[in-house]
Amino acid sequence: MVATVELHDVRHAFGGNPVLRGVSIGWDAGEVLALMGANGAGKSTLIKVLAGVHPLQHGRISVGGTPLSAADGPLAARRLGIETVHQRIDEGVVPGLSVAENLLFERIAQSELPAVGSLRRLLPAAREVAAGLGLDWSDATLRRDIHELGIADQQLVLLARALSRRPRLLVLDEPTSALSAAETDRLFGVVDDMRRSGVAVLYVSHRIGEIDRLADRIAVLRDGSIRSEQAKPFDWPAAVRDMLGERGAQELVEIHDRRGDEDVLQLRGAQLFPGSAPFDLTLRRGEVTGVVGLLGAGKSELALGVFGAQPFAAGTMRLAGEPYAPASPADAVAREVYLVPEDRAAQAMLPGWSIARTASLPFLRALSPRGVLRRGKERADGRAVVERFDVVASSETQPVDALSGGNQQKVVVGRWLRGQPRVMVLDEPFRGIDIGARHDLSHRLRELAAEGSAVLVLASDVDEVLEVADRVVVLVEGVPRLDARSVDVTRDRIVAQMAALTRAEPHGEGVA
Amino acid sequence: MPKTEAEQAAAAAAPAEPRPGVRELAVRYGFIAITVALFVFFAVTEETFRQPSTLFSMLKFASVVAVVGLGVTLTMVVGGLDLSVGAVAGMAVTISAMTMVIYAQVGGVAIALVLLAGALIGAVNALLIVVLRIPDLLATLATMFVVMGLKLVPVDGQSVSSGMVLRDGSVAPGRFTPDFLAIDRAFVGPIPLPVLIVGLISVATWFFLNRTRWGRLMYAVGANPEASRLAGVRVGRYRALAYVLSGVFAAIGGLILSARIGQGDISAGNSLLLDAVAVALVGTSVLGMGRPNAWGTILGAVLVGILITGLTIAGFPYYGQDVVKGIVLLLALLFSFTLSRRRSRYTPAAVI
Repeated sequence: MVATVELHDVRHAFGGNPVLRGVSIGWDAGEVLALMGANGAGKSTLIKVLAGVHPLQHGRISVGGTPLSAADGPLAARRLGIETVHQRIDEGVVPGLSVAENLLFERIAQSELPAVGSLRRLLPAAREVAAGLGLDWSDATLRRDIHELGIADQQLVLLARALSRRPRLLVLDEPTSALSAAETDRLFGVVDDMRRSGVAVLYVSHRIGEIDRLADRIAVLRDGSIRSEQAKPFDWPAAVRDMLGERGAQELVEIHDRRGDEDVLQLRGAQLFPGSAPFDLTLRRGEVTGVVGLLGAGKSELALGVFGAQPFAAGTMRLAGEPYAPASPADAVAREVYLVPEDRAAQAMLPGWSIARTASLPFLRALSPRGVLRRGKERADGRAVVERFDVVASSETQPVDALSGGNQQKVVVGRWLRGQPRVMVLDEPFRGIDIGARHDLSHRLRELAAEGSAVLVLASDVDEVLEVADRVVVLVEGVPRLDARSVDVTRDRIVAQMAALTRAEPHGEGVA
Repeated sequence: MPKTEAEQAAAAAAPAEPRPGVRELAVRYGFIAITVALFVFFAVTEETFRQPSTLFSMLKFASVVAVVGLGVTLTMVVGGLDLSVGAVAGMAVTISAMTMVIYAQVGGVAIALVLLAGALIGAVNALLIVVLRIPDLLATLATMFVVMGLKLVPVDGQSVSSGMVLRDGSVAPGRFTPDFLAIDRAFVGPIPLPVLIVGLISVATWFFLNRTRWGRLMYAVGANPEASRLAGVRVGRYRALAYVLSGVFAAIGGLILSARIGQGDISAGNSLLLDAVAVALVGTSVLGMGRPNAWGTILGAVLVGILITGLTIAGFPYYGQDVVKGIVLLLALLFSFTLSRRRSRYTPAAVI
């Protein structure tokens, strides 16, 4: 049967907010459609409607002529042959179960496989599912708890599971955000296979390079409807313009070279992992230092260690010449060392909390001299964050979780910048935000350094780091492998350093 | 971004527009409406219910559950739950009776000792939960058993009453002093003293939770402990504070209870835990807030008080009371979990 996907006038609203305003698009079996869109364009909502997570409110979705029924949720979508790999891995993996059980989870849940019985009996089937993605995993790996795998491998488990159900429409939401270069290549191979075997693919990504490599067609979503469609060869400037609307395409990346004037934070003999080689690192005032590394290279360990949230395996620090040994983030904040953590939802946001409250949380002491909160001042401060960072929100009392990803990020970054931090650390600050927001944020960070902060940006994307940093440090297996001025290195050289050591076997992440 | 008129029209026509009507109103004001309606119903149908003295005795009845419930609310705010409150209140009854009856001390000493003991149990809970990392429910469950058992040891499992014969054959020298009994039995104008005390504590708790830094940080810790930690909040301190306060509040409830009974009843406080947790949970649904809060807890206690008093006057058997409480709790949970668009942010399962 030919799987031709049709979406007709699909609309969706949350509360009073229309997010999808009539999406109509169709694509054929064996075609890879890339969906692009800025944050808040409605991509995630569209994916969730397709996956049956949000019931279809209005319009029609059909695969191979069979319509998706609004009832039944994800099961209805699955019956139509729609398989989705969501961006957030924890929406897919089942903690506490083995890798094998996770690979087979849906079949276990639907009683196609025995729910009771030894793990050994599941291994052949699990191996088969893994092999569908070209993964040759040992029984020992399959028996491990899913959380012992790194994020990238968990992602592969979800992908293998989706493929094992022989989908007619495969939806991939930012599938490479957790993958290394080698794993990304493997994923591309899978997508090519899907295309050949007549599966329709919806590929959602921010990364133009990936889309250029994979897509047969692109569609740009903005403000809840499709603004343009293109077939190959793609006109990228046009696509980016459609994506960003009036704001227009931004200038090309320029490489910065501002030299810091004063040593602010000095790491001596730091070991990020037990047994990894010790190293020294100095962050300077007025300079943006970019640390680039793959998942598991130790970026988060470095960030959390500087912030006192998780001690280094070994090593000492000095801050502005004084000994600095933060036992908790509170100590770091008191010394004006701040962190924007990697995982916004889990590590920076409080469910239901307004922009003003989220922004004031680190500095409540200043807002309550005798313990009693000055709420008018708090709201004014919140408003200031909204205005200074162009947060798209109805007011400072709006809950942060109701904002789009890019605007959420503006709030959790902006809240730290009411004064002049000594050291500002940002772990993957550009993840899941659109190009416009990324340029904005880079610009802010450059300003911050120019005004006298030491800024440390950690990311796995080389371009993101090059765009913002004066100095690039490549972290491999917990050790800086290259430390150079941005103007002196090329993208290729950085990538070569990053890729110098890649592991074959799944490896625990050790991420907090 | 400017919208075209067509877009706006399309948005307005979108089928899933919310109806900010009946459901939202029900979630917001349903509970208050039910409370008022019940009050009016009983006031119309039962003559005795109408008298002011009934109103005050009802509030007096509710005061113990209310203050213990406030303690539970504080622990719920930090994302936990204190199961030892009933045991602490019971312990307060025994300690106050022992201090006055067996050791012949004045009421003030009894009060001081009880409050200290409450804070101490709270501190032990805090130690178990914050330092030794035992999940809240399990740690306080263990404390509950230990406290319930421990209070029986010095009194040989006997209730303490004035004139009782002690282990060595002598008669207990002391008695419940009038100043101590006044905690429950005195009036300020027409208002019973316990109602006044708990009223003041309620206002103070509300102010603490909603207007001070410490209350705000406690809510932050409950909403997302990791995000709070990474915002520089000393999470452990605020969780500890909640359990210490909860212990003190339970001890205050025990003091009122002790003054009410006038003897060291060994079984006192046993039913308090469930009542206190229930009113705190009912409180989360009041005004559709979906989070534990001081007013809600007080309103929950008053609602249960109205129901029990009204039904008792109407001749409803006392042994049916638990069924009524259960139904009230169920209703409250329906409001906060089923009807509310905003999902309740307090789910006790999250702490296990």
